[in-house]
Amino acid sequence: MRTICFYFQVHQPFRLKPYRFFDIGEDHHYWDDFLNRNVIRKAAQRCYLPMNSLLMDLIHQYPGKFKVAFSISGTFLDQMEAYAPDVLESFQKLVATGQVELLNETYTHSLAALKSKEEFTKLVKKHQDRIKELFNGYTPKVFRNTELIYSDSIGSMVSEMGYKGILTEGAKHILGWKSPNYVYTNAIDPKLKVLLKNFRLSDDIAFRFSNKTWADFPLTTDKFVTWLNAIPKEEQVVNLFMDYETFGEHQWADTGIFEFMRFLPETIFKHSNFNFSTPSEVLDNSQPVGNIHVPIPISWADEERDLTAWLGNDLQDEAFDRLYDLESQVKGIDDPEIQRDWSYLQTSDHFYYMCTKFFSDGSVHQYFSPYDTPYDAFINYMNVLSDFMLRVKEKSQQAKASA
Amino acid sequence: MRVLMFGWEFPPHISGGLGTACYGLIKGMNHHNQEVIFVVPKLWGDEEDLADFVNASDVTINYREKKFKNIWKNLTYLEVSSFLVPYLGPEEYQKFTDYAIHDRTDVDESIFTNKYEFSGKYGKNLMEEVSRYALVGAQIAKDRQDFDIIHAHDWLAFPAGIAAKEMSGKPLVVHVHATEYDRSGESVNQPVYDIEKAGMQAADHVVAVSHLTRNIIIRKYGIPGHKVSVLHNAVLDASIIKSEYQKKVPEKIVTFLGRITFQKGPEYFVEAAKKVIDRDPNVRFVMAGSGDLLNKMIQRVAELRMASRFHFTGFLKGKDVDHMYAISDVYVMPSVSEPFGIAPLEAVRHNTPVIISKQSGVAEVLVNAIKVDFWDVDAMADAIFALLHYDGISRMFKELGSDELKKLKWEHVAAKLITVYEKTIAQQS
Repeated sequence: MRTICFYFQVHQPFRLKPYRFFDIGEDHHYWDDFLNRNVIRKAAQRCYLPMNSLLMDLIHQYPGKFKVAFSISGTFLDQMEAYAPDVLESFQKLVATGQVELLNETYTHSLAALKSKEEFTKLVKKHQDRIKELFNGYTPKVFRNTELIYSDSIGSMVSEMGYKGILTEGAKHILGWKSPNYVYTNAIDPKLKVLLKNFRLSDDIAFRFSNKTWADFPLTTDKFVTWLNAIPKEEQVVNLFMDYETFGEHQWADTGIFEFMRFLPETIFKHSNFNFSTPSEVLDNSQPVGNIHVPIPISWADEERDLTAWLGNDLQDEAFDRLYDLESQVKGIDDPEIQRDWSYLQTSDHFYYMCTKFFSDGSVHQYFSPYDTPYDAFINYMNVLSDFMLRVKEKSQQAKASA
Repeated sequence: MRVLMFGWEFPPHISGGLGTACYGLIKGMNHHNQEVIFVVPKLWGDEEDLADFVNASDVTINYREKKFKNIWKNLTYLEVSSFLVPYLGPEEYQKFTDYAIHDRTDVDESIFTNKYEFSGKYGKNLMEEVSRYALVGAQIAKDRQDFDIIHAHDWLAFPAGIAAKEMSGKPLVVHVHATEYDRSGESVNQPVYDIEKAGMQAADHVVAVSHLTRNIIIRKYGIPGHKVSVLHNAVLDASIIKSEYQKKVPEKIVTFLGRITFQKGPEYFVEAAKKVIDRDPNVRFVMAGSGDLLNKMIQRVAELRMASRFHFTGFLKGKDVDHMYAISDVYVMPSVSEPFGIAPLEAVRHNTPVIISKQSGVAEVLVNAIKVDFWDVDAMADAIFALLHYDGISRMFKELGSDELKKLKWEHVAAKLITVYEKTIAQQS
């Protein structure tokens, strides 16, 4: 039996409000509550609510057979609680069916795995606790790092924390002649199984679905199943990983994306021997074919599938390094607001907005950014960070004085 | 004495220092009981009643007048629709052109006498406005003979001054507040340069806002030195401003405030900041303003890894400007070429010690300030460090700077100007 594994990334950052130089030292509220609420509400109407209800229909239509997985970031969980309890409730109902798996990640969708094992572990634990709290004691078994960022050493850290598997990108440059449609193991710790995204078929849905200049436009479920059937018989698993906002936000409702998803399971059951599995089931039921070497971190972003969407230019590196300079000081401060801001400031999106790759994938970055330019993003972030640094300094002096 | 003066803008409707300088000058002239007929392209009605104002947009031009035809012939070449805005950076340029395009009223040019509706901006039809302004100058000079001398401010008004001189035969003084070399470095706008040069050549006397500008006029425009006098700008109000605004960060603040363009030398400020921060991380640098080099400066600050100590505010206006001065411990103006530069005097009024480049006109009048070459970032860093750490020197500068400011009065400038007028008139007759 061959299987399809659907996984959706559900994430929204806490966006910063326009924060001026004159605010440094005075205004300690950094978040654009109005904008963040608007984004969540709009996406709830366009994507989360209709798509959750569609998935619920499919789960009822195919009991025990149609399955998906989500990784819902902690910043999204927090914002759902505040701005969209209706969406939270619908996710809770989906998880309660048993046909939906939740994955673990860092609480704030951070890049901590690249910088500090201690901070990474802390944020993973925090995400785990939050999921337990909101989803009736649910404990994730499989890990998905921020934006599918993965390397041998990240995998080894994840394995140490007791996860049985991790999801990442089936990047061409790490696969070479190999196929993403198998289960692999981590190169350092073979206990950890690795699932690779089939980026061609995933991106056919996520990016190309409504592209009228694409030779295969329009994409129908029949066409998609033909491609699935064309995959060599011995290849066992097709991992379709994408942003959840694909449905209704990136591909608007009028492109027919919802209809496509509504009828995809039916076409698959009728015309192929594929079924649906959650990542956990794939890991339990398949034998790894070998290990995969990823010495340098990969991700699912941009054409390069590397880290350059978040790190590498001077703006990003400066902001990132100044932030993590604070780690040891923040650790010693017992203050819920400092801890909250510290974790929200780590969210990868802040660094994504500072990307200057204007010519290749810049337009995608522009689409997601609340700023006019990466320079604006940088200035705003640094102003906020400067204020945060002052608070951290003050609090850690207080902590020392009282100790 | 009665002066026919051509300007381009007048407070409160100004976009640069030119209008403010004209305002100060007229106030000074009033002090000495001299009469000024002040012509501007567009009057808004809320100008302070200091002069006999003439709104160029209200002047009916008689195109049939014979003498005008010659003037007109020399001007038509200007009207090639050169899309140039010499005073502004790209961002302001966009704003101004949008405004000017929407603001402009078209006139029917088929009739022979009409009025021309000026926008008085620095917009798309700048060259057209400059040449029409010249015709207005000619018309006014023809209509009223009740003046003794003509005075034109900067190149925008030079053609009007020249035309008025041709019509009336009265002597012309041109006043240079900035040259094309200051604005554009070596890549000058040829039509602007040509007008500037023609104005200086046609003038009986040239007034420059600093020795620095006088030297440019002599070297780059070939005007003989005996024809060029220096008249430094002054301040309208020399009182010390006590601000209630409180600084919210514990560190000392070093400020650059101005357009972030080639002329203002922002990159030297950034490099000097790095040197200071390396020695003393407990300082914050602020670059306030906007301009075509802003992103380049942000990039450089990130590259030097000092963005948590070096801040950008964007364009500041109104109260924010005062607040910025008020919380600054040192003000730096590293201009590459600054004909005068009034901003450091504002800093002095806020009791902030200043560092100015030797390539600025204001360095000639402000004795109690540290002066460095704009390119000498080591000296600049030393000066910043000294003013931040050695209280003696900054206290001294604060006291002496405000004393100095009190001497910079527009009535003194006007007195000198009157002498220039008298000499010029005497020479002519």
